[in-house]
Amino acid sequence: MNAVVIGCGRVGSAVAKGLAADGWEVTVLDESEDALSRLGPSWRGGFVIGHGMDAKVLERAGIAEADAAVVATSGDNTNVVIGQVVQRRYGTRTVVVRVLDPARAKFYAERGLNTVCPTQTAISVLLETVQAGVPALEAT
Amino acid sequence: MYIIVAGGGKVGANVTRSLVEMGHELTMIEQRPDRFARLEEEFGPVVLRGDATEISVLERAGIARPPELLLALTGDDEDNLVISQIGKEGYGVPKAIARVNDPRNQAHFDLLGIKQTVCATTNILGLVEHEVPEHGLVRLLKLGEEGLEIVEVQIESNSPVAGSRVGGLSLPEGSRLISVFRHGRTELVEPGTVMRPGDQVLAVVSDDSALALRKALLGSSREEAGQRRQ
Repeated sequence: MNAVVIGCGRVGSAVAKGLAADGWEVTVLDESEDALSRLGPSWRGGFVIGHGMDAKVLERAGIAEADAAVVATSGDNTNVVIGQVVQRRYGTRTVVVRVLDPARAKFYAERGLNTVCPTQTAISVLLETVQAGVPALEAT
Repeated sequence: MYIIVAGGGKVGANVTRSLVEMGHELTMIEQRPDRFARLEEEFGPVVLRGDATEISVLERAGIARPPELLLALTGDDEDNLVISQIGKEGYGVPKAIARVNDPRNQAHFDLLGIKQTVCATTNILGLVEHEVPEHGLVRLLKLGEEGLEIVEVQIESNSPVAGSRVGGLSLPEGSRLISVFRHGRTELVEPGTVMRPGDQVLAVVSDDSALALRKALLGSSREEAGQRRQ
């Protein structure tokens, strides 16, 4: 199985390493060559330098043959645009997009984009923890 | 009519000034504090400070009324796309016009259903092609949905391909030669067709390979071609 990970920050690099450890063929795409260092010295997957808005760069990363695409650059709008382009233009089976703004994540989720919103997750977990009255952890 | 303008840079500010003078009711959204201060001084309460890609900011601007027209004029193509999508798909804005800053992103706007776009670079290049015949490439027909264009190139005596068989040429990816018009007749291009000076070649090219094809058929630049002619 092939995956393309767009954006090699903390999230993208960790997802790429996780998929590679599970036996996926992973190609990572980032604008900056420096981001390669986040993948560590033992990285055996692909790495393409370029912007995910550029169809040629996506194609060089093998998007046309990919089974999955993970879009996690630092920009919400960049992510939702790239995610939609990948989904519609290349028909990639699994496309998942990181969106920090809960309102935009919900808007695009309602329109058929698989969005993940870490901000919403944090809000929900914080609320649930307080509402459930979970006691503070004892120091050991 | 009621209009929302997203982005108060040079384009957004000038458009807003004209629309306000025409008597339209308008809200303009600008995020940068320095620009916002200058715009507020000129336009007063018409200007709203915030990120126009945030749904709550668009709602404060009255996106839910909805406006008859939404203009996404920021300097960022992803932002313009998202603003247009939220307006059209989320709030039923009847008409959204988006600015395309980088012509390479035009295909994304087309693909994502933002049909009304304006790209200054493309417009200027189109004028250059019409006005300057030495440019050597005429865009005859644009097939927006397919991402293809039909172009015409005239082979010159100094063209690198003059005298070569089509089968032996290395043409840029995403381009195909269709036909050659010479001595008043059109011939379909075969691998054995020889390019001759004066030939008018029709070609089909994908979105961004027109200039690469021109370079392959006519040489690297107009300046060089001009020098060789002298």
